[in-house]
Amino acid sequence: MSSDPTVLHAGSLALKPGYADHAADALRDLRQSGDAVDFRLDHHHDVASTIQLGFWIYLMSDCLLFSGLFATYALLNSHTAGGPAASQLFDLPDVLTETMFLLFSSFTCGLATLAMSADRRNATVGWLAVTFVLGLGFIGMEVREFAHMVAIGAGPGRSAFLSSFFTLVATHGLHVTCGLIFMAVMMAAVLKKGLTPTNRARLVNLSLFWHFLDIIWVGVFSLVYLFGVAHR
Amino acid sequence: MNVANEAVAGQPPHGARGGAHGPARKQYIIGFALALALTLIPFALVMNHAPAATPLVIAGFAIGQIVVHVVYFLHVDGSQEKRWNLMALLYTAVMVFIVIGGSLWIMHHLYVNMVPHASMHGRVWK
Repeated sequence: MSSDPTVLHAGSLALKPGYADHAADALRDLRQSGDAVDFRLDHHHDVASTIQLGFWIYLMSDCLLFSGLFATYALLNSHTAGGPAASQLFDLPDVLTETMFLLFSSFTCGLATLAMSADRRNATVGWLAVTFVLGLGFIGMEVREFAHMVAIGAGPGRSAFLSSFFTLVATHGLHVTCGLIFMAVMMAAVLKKGLTPTNRARLVNLSLFWHFLDIIWVGVFSLVYLFGVAHR
Repeated sequence: MNVANEAVAGQPPHGARGGAHGPARKQYIIGFALALALTLIPFALVMNHAPAATPLVIAGFAIGQIVVHVVYFLHVDGSQEKRWNLMALLYTAVMVFIVIGGSLWIMHHLYVNMVPHASMHGRVWK
């Protein structure tokens, strides 16, 4: 038994001689980078790209969530239980308008990121505001579509097809709503504190999230709406 | 941590995070134009009841548009800095393929083998 209590504490980890020294060094490094709140450029770069990778992993896991919902819809879309089928319910011109809202918002979100890279604060907020309005237009049309479907008796309880439809499309809509809240918060943050390194990292994540939602929507309009109407 | 810092610091500052690229504006415009075309064509096919509007064609346009979005909007490329993003994306693509393709495959077999007198569009639900 060792007489030194610190060795006892680190006992399970101290497999190699000198390990404790390494650990102490690592801790000291950690401490230093933690103290550097002003994010010196080299540190900031490293931290920002790590944060972005973490957010990317989240997006990928979200993608898996959606793949489950897509698979469910693909399996259940023919089970209408005598209720309305996809081709009787969906209005393609409306869906095209929704799609355009989201696609244009994806583009303006990219322009916001570009304005951010060029250090143009007001342009960044401006493009985010345009993106926000377009996203709001998308959500508004979706809510109207859902309300109409429920009103004519094609709610989520009508058939397995409609349950899976509402689950898939509303989960996407919920993500867009969260994206809008994220965007509103970021507009306020940029107006208040400017394009600080922290705000920049968050804006990059926001734009990744927004582009990702547009990709999911490509799957939705193709599988749900276009297949549904074309495949009678 | 230190090693990673040095590795990053040793690279030319060609822009790392998402929008920091110089020629990004052109990328967004090209991507937007392609995405617009890949959206409008399948919509036009289906809305005009074109015989070409088969599920396979629609799926082809969808996959094409997803690739355009990933390359031009998410800026995923093979660069060293984005290596792990690309790995995670490829892994996810495989998983998505297995989940969706596998589900359809298994359920199709169940219908064919276990539900008498029922096709894929059979009336299992009453």
